[in-house]
Order: sequence, then structure tokens, then C-alpha cells
Amino acid sequence: MANEALIAPGQTFESVTRTISDIPLLRPYPRFWWTGFCAAFVLVLLLLASIAWLFARGVGIWGINVPIAWGFAIVNFVWWIGIGHAGTFISAILLLLHQQWRTSINRFTEAMTLFAVACASIYPVLHLGRPQFFYWLVPYPDSMGLWPQFRSPLEWDVFAVSTYASVSLLFWYVGLLPDLATMRDRAGTRFKERLYGLLSLGWRGDARHWMHYQKLYILLAGLAAPLVISVHTIVGLDFAVSILPGWHSTIFPPYFVAGAIFSGFSMVLTLIIPLRAVYKLQGLITARHLDLMAKVMMATGWIVIYGYFSEFFNAWRSGDVFDRFVDVNRAVGPYAGYFWALMACNVVAPQLLWVRRLRHNVVVLFIVALLVNVGMWIERFMIVITSLHRDYLPSSWGMFHATFWDYSTLFGTVGLFAALLFLFMRLLPAISMSETRGLLATDKADQ
Amino acid sequence: MKPRIHGLLAAFASEASCRSALRDLREAGFVRVDAYTPYPVAPGLIPESRTPIAPIMLITAILGACGGFFLQWFAARDYPINVGGRPINSWPAFVPITFELAVLTSALVGVIAFLGLAGLPRLHHPVFADPRFKRASQDRFFICVRADDPLYGSEAVRRTLAAAKPESVEELLA
Repeated sequence: MANEALIAPGQTFESVTRTISDIPLLRPYPRFWWTGFCAAFVLVLLLLASIAWLFARGVGIWGINVPIAWGFAIVNFVWWIGIGHAGTFISAILLLLHQQWRTSINRFTEAMTLFAVACASIYPVLHLGRPQFFYWLVPYPDSMGLWPQFRSPLEWDVFAVSTYASVSLLFWYVGLLPDLATMRDRAGTRFKERLYGLLSLGWRGDARHWMHYQKLYILLAGLAAPLVISVHTIVGLDFAVSILPGWHSTIFPPYFVAGAIFSGFSMVLTLIIPLRAVYKLQGLITARHLDLMAKVMMATGWIVIYGYFSEFFNAWRSGDVFDRFVDVNRAVGPYAGYFWALMACNVVAPQLLWVRRLRHNVVVLFIVALLVNVGMWIERFMIVITSLHRDYLPSSWGMFHATFWDYSTLFGTVGLFAALLFLFMRLLPAISMSETRGLLATDKADQ
Repeated sequence: MKPRIHGLLAAFASEASCRSALRDLREAGFVRVDAYTPYPVAPGLIPESRTPIAPIMLITAILGACGGFFLQWFAARDYPINVGGRPINSWPAFVPITFELAVLTSALVGVIAFLGLAGLPRLHHPVFADPRFKRASQDRFFICVRADDPLYGSEAVRRTLAAAKPESVEELLA
């Protein structure tokens, strides 16, 4: 039977519900939770301090300059939004493809999407220079009779990212409704019962409601699937529409989408391997899940490798001296260290997963996933920085030196992401209970 | 005064027994019957199978797309920028935002339509008064034959329900 290993044998409706809902409802806050949350929260405070200092002093506190005007802000924006994409991929695209293994991980990865998008969307606003005027990006009939430039990919980004955040939130919340009702019904205290009761909107599992619900859920997935592709396509177009060598390339949109899913799956693995160990969820997030995620990572990794190859090949075949220079400069120029680190993390490391024994070793898998996370950050650094720092005119070449505030903002958002995930784990069911029950029911019917 | 009755609530331990009870009730002529399940069950549990969610979302997606395109077309005319004589209505550049707004309106209206169709949020409902109903969201299947059913009150209700071997049957106050 195909989905045999997706739920460990011996699980019942009752055991599934108890295993998942007891984590937020009954289990005491373990020491690792407090340590982790406090560490993350310190980083959130660092983020707030960095933002306050940025608002006081302006973007000059970062290492950005002319020619490298984009810097860490855009690197981090692309990195975070890419990480978010795996969540939508798992919840929407795999749902449409009837991949039942998504069930144990979709809730968690959707939460990851939301938090990653929250981190990502901070950066473009901070990078505006005058962030108090961020609302100028939104079309409204203003007194100056001006409109945003709708022909610019940067304006498309505003719509793409805000739509993505809204639709992801709706999709996640709709998926949560039946589970919030379960939480309400299992809540030990009056306060929790009211809180989850309010959030569940009075869901009672009426068969007619389920009918509308399932249609809505599948259609939201149908909307989210092209949406997620459009979002990173537009992020890719932010670069590709410019005329800068190293950015001006038609491979960018598909290569960015594959890179996003590659980095997102590596982040899911980085988070879920410790989570299932700590909360003993091996019966629900099984070895088969990890194996499948590792395979998706390898598949998207190879698309990314094709993207790297295509960039080099096209630069060489174009005969354009500037295009060729960018690639040579990446490999042997002042940022060569980043380039070779990228090759090690994104090209070499994932190939370990071809070996079944290594793929099934959670420690190896975790380390590879971690390396890919780092590698994908370096990739965006390389794309943004090395393309900008030496363009057509040697007289306007420059170097980028990241400052303390660059790093504090980056690690601050890492802290924000982690803190939100810690809260999510403690307050909401991290695995969809209603879907897992449905999977169990089909298992029984098949037998 | 006689207390108002919401209906008769029966609990079942399995989807199969719930399904057969519903079928028997339907054959016996009951029409106002609600079913409550802890997960979305395969079609055929209830006679209704049509939901207007899909047409609603399709229409709003089209409206969203039209609105999104109009916004950009209007802005391009309202503040024309001539770049090398290129057309003011540069529609290919308007496609991404048109798509995004179609998705956004369709998703928002879809969720609102779902809430409207399901009558949610509704925090109070007679079934919640029954302590057994706490398991409706966990591992039990419930059938409620509502008191407004024309056949309610006849002996057939309890007999039909009992035939499917429910765990318990109790009357609910409205």
C-alpha cells in the first residue's frame, strides 16, 4: 500500500489527536523551549534596535554604496521569500497532485511560509530610505496626481508579496479551522476553551460545511500554486528586467523559482528534523517523509545547477565581453570565496543524498540541509553583489563591506523567524489533525 | 411551557455506522438531518453535493483581473509617461499585477463566501450543549435529526437510529 509508511502502524483517531494536541495544551514548557525562545527573543530585540537605529540615521548605517546600492537588504529579502515558497509548494502543489505525504508537514510548513514572508517583507521597506513613505507604493488617488510605476517589476513585487502574504494567511487559517475546534474541545481550562473557540469561529464539523470547506480549500490551493510561481518569477524579474550583466538573463525566473523551492525544502528539513526528535513525532513524520523531501531537494537542486550552467553557457555563447567578465569575475575575482563556497554548499553537498544510506541518516540530512540554507543565502549575495560591484565602467567599480548593522538585521530576522516558530509550536497544533484522521480513515478503508 | 427541542443527537463510533444510519434515515423519509464528522468524509454522506464556491471564485477572479487591469490602464492615462513613443496602454507590463489582483480578490471573496454559506462565525449552537459533542471534533460521528423535520416525533426516528447501533441517543434542547 502506497501510504503505509506515512503513518506508523497502531495509530488511531484518538492517538493522533492526543499526540498532536497535547503538545500545545498539556505538555509543560520544556527547558529547550525556554532556552530557544529566549535566545530568539534576544535577536528580536537586536532587530528592533537595528531598525530603530536605521530610522534614526538612515540607510547609511549599512554597507551599501554606489555602485552596490542593494546590499544585504535585497539579499535577505530574496532569501527569506524563497524559504517561504516550500510551504506553499508542499501545501498547495502537492495537494493538487494528490501527494498524501504532505499531510504531516503542511501545517508546519505553511506557518514557516508566513513567518518567512513576514521577515522578507521587512527588508524592502527598510531599504526605501524614507520608510515612512512606504504607502507611496500603494496606488491611491493622492493630492499630487501621481501613480506608482506599474511597469516596474519593483511595483509588481509590492502586489505579488502582499497577495502572497494574504493568500498564505487565508489558506493557513482555513486549514486550521477544524483543528482549532478540536483544540477548543480538548482545552483543559476555560480561558483556552474560549480562546480556541473564538478562533475556530464555532466550527462544528457539519457535513454540509465540510462540503463547502473542501471545495474552498482545493480552490485556494489552485490559486496558491500559480501564485507561488508568479511571486518568485517577479522577484527574478526584479533582476532580469535590468540591463546589468549578470542580471539580464531570461533564465532568471525559472531558476529563481527552483532555487526558492530548493532553499525552502532545506529549511523545512532543518526545522523538522529537530522538531520530530524533540516531540517524538516519528510516528507521524516518518522516515519516508524525510526521504521524499530529500528527493525534492535533489531534484530542485539540479534545476538550480542547470541555472548556474546556463548562466555560464549563455555568457560564453553571447560573446558579450561584459557578460563573460561577470562570470570570470565571480569565479576568480575578489568575491571568489563566496562563489566556491556556493559551489560546495549547493552543488557538491546535496550529491551526498544520492546514497540511500546517507539520505536516511538524519544527521547527514540535517547537515546537508543546513549547508543548502547557507548556500542559497550566498547565491543571492553573489547575484546581487558581484553583478553590481563591477559593471560596464571600471571607473565606477566598488566593493561591498557589510557593517555590524547589516549582520544585526540579518540575524535579527532569523531571531524573529525562530521566535514566531517557537510560539507557533506552543500555541497551535503543528500537524493537521483533521487531515491525518482522514488519511487514517482511507487507510482503513483500503485494508 | 414545554421546552423547545432542537432534535435527537446520536453518536457513532465509526464512519460506516454513521453512513448506514444516514442512508436508513433518508430512505425512511427524513429530510432535516445534520451529520457531524471529525474529518471530511468521502462524498455521498449527505444528499447535497453542489456548492456555489467555485462559480463565486471564478467570477470574482475575473472581476479582480478586470479591476486590476483597469487600475493600471487608468493610471497610465491619468499620468501619461511617454517613453520613446511607446504605447501608453503598455498592456504586457500590466499582466503581473492583473494576475495578482485576480488571485487576491478571488481568495478573499472565496473565504467570505464560505463563511456565509456555512453560517459561520456562529459561536453558539444547540449541539454544543451536549458534552458528548466534544468528541465530534476528535473521534466520533454524530447525526442530528432536527425537530423541524415533518416526521420528527414519530417512533421511526429512534427505531431507525437504533438499527445502526449508535453509542448513545439523546434529545437536545434548542
